[in-house]
Amino acid sequence: MAFINLKDRIIQAKIVYYGPGRCGKTTNLECIYNRCRNQIHSEMVSVKTDGDRTLFFDFFPFDIGKIQGYDVKIQLYTVPGQVKYNSTRRLVLKGVDGVVFVADSAVERRNANLNSLNNLQENLALYRKDIFKMPLVMQYNKRDLAQQGMDILDVNILEKDLNSSLKAPSFEASAVEGYNVVPTLKKIIAATMAYLEEELNR
Amino acid sequence: MNLMLGQRQLDRIHHTLKENLIDIGAQSAMLIDTAGNIIAVVNNGSDIRDVYSLAALAAANFGAMSSMAKILGEDEFSLLFHKGERENIHLSKVNNNFLLINIFTNQVSLGFLRLKVAEVINELLGVLVIK
Repeated sequence: MAFINLKDRIIQAKIVYYGPGRCGKTTNLECIYNRCRNQIHSEMVSVKTDGDRTLFFDFFPFDIGKIQGYDVKIQLYTVPGQVKYNSTRRLVLKGVDGVVFVADSAVERRNANLNSLNNLQENLALYRKDIFKMPLVMQYNKRDLAQQGMDILDVNILEKDLNSSLKAPSFEASAVEGYNVVPTLKKIIAATMAYLEEELNR
Repeated sequence: MNLMLGQRQLDRIHHTLKENLIDIGAQSAMLIDTAGNIIAVVNNGSDIRDVYSLAALAAANFGAMSSMAKILGEDEFSLLFHKGERENIHLSKVNNNFLLINIFTNQVSLGFLRLKVAEVINELLGVLVIK
């Protein structure tokens, strides 16, 4: 649920990075945080376990400047990827306006990607949101694994597995190297803003 | 579902937060939604540096407590109170979509604050309408 403050002319919207455990959601946010410091006016909040895995979420607000005279603040969140934390994933998804699905390119994570995408669809449905209608961007992360001699899934396979019916914009990426992290963010922000504008004009 | 609030509604929200909570000694009163967006912040001049993170964490905290309530067979815990050495934080549910956060020192009586919070929630319910 985006919030539009007509008095101070501020729009707040929520974008969530979703995906299986260790796919690179937190790394995406850390990369954005380091590269876009002038648009971020607070510390990155991370609620983690002792083992440095995301327990609840990572978060920071991101100022994208003015759109039609409104200051737009995007709240960026990650969810915990581990299967057992589904109840916290649901909580973070509450009020979501746009989703980046971060898929892991490693061959052995093929099923984990599928399960996580199905889980996203189920959890969105709890909030009466349709994955086919809401702003969504696919990111095929960890493409750099190939340089380390590891087997990665071909992009065509990832597209077929995850995006054949969704047909969301997609990016190959390497969050640890910062490759295509910002373009992914720009794409989901643009899609979310267009969606909100459409909703408001209805 | 989006929430849009105009000048008149926000003025009413600010007014009721200030008159009922800041004027009795609370440091800061914030109305947020359960997704962690900030609707209104009023304070006594002592700024909280990072209100956006506070709102995100408060919404998450409340959500976690609601899930815990369900595990215990309760419908919900409608308020949360965290006591610090100097500062305290009081969170209350306004309705299914909104939460009220109050930050206050030990000089403010918790009982009196809770009384005022109840009055504020009644007023807020008349102002908040979701499109």
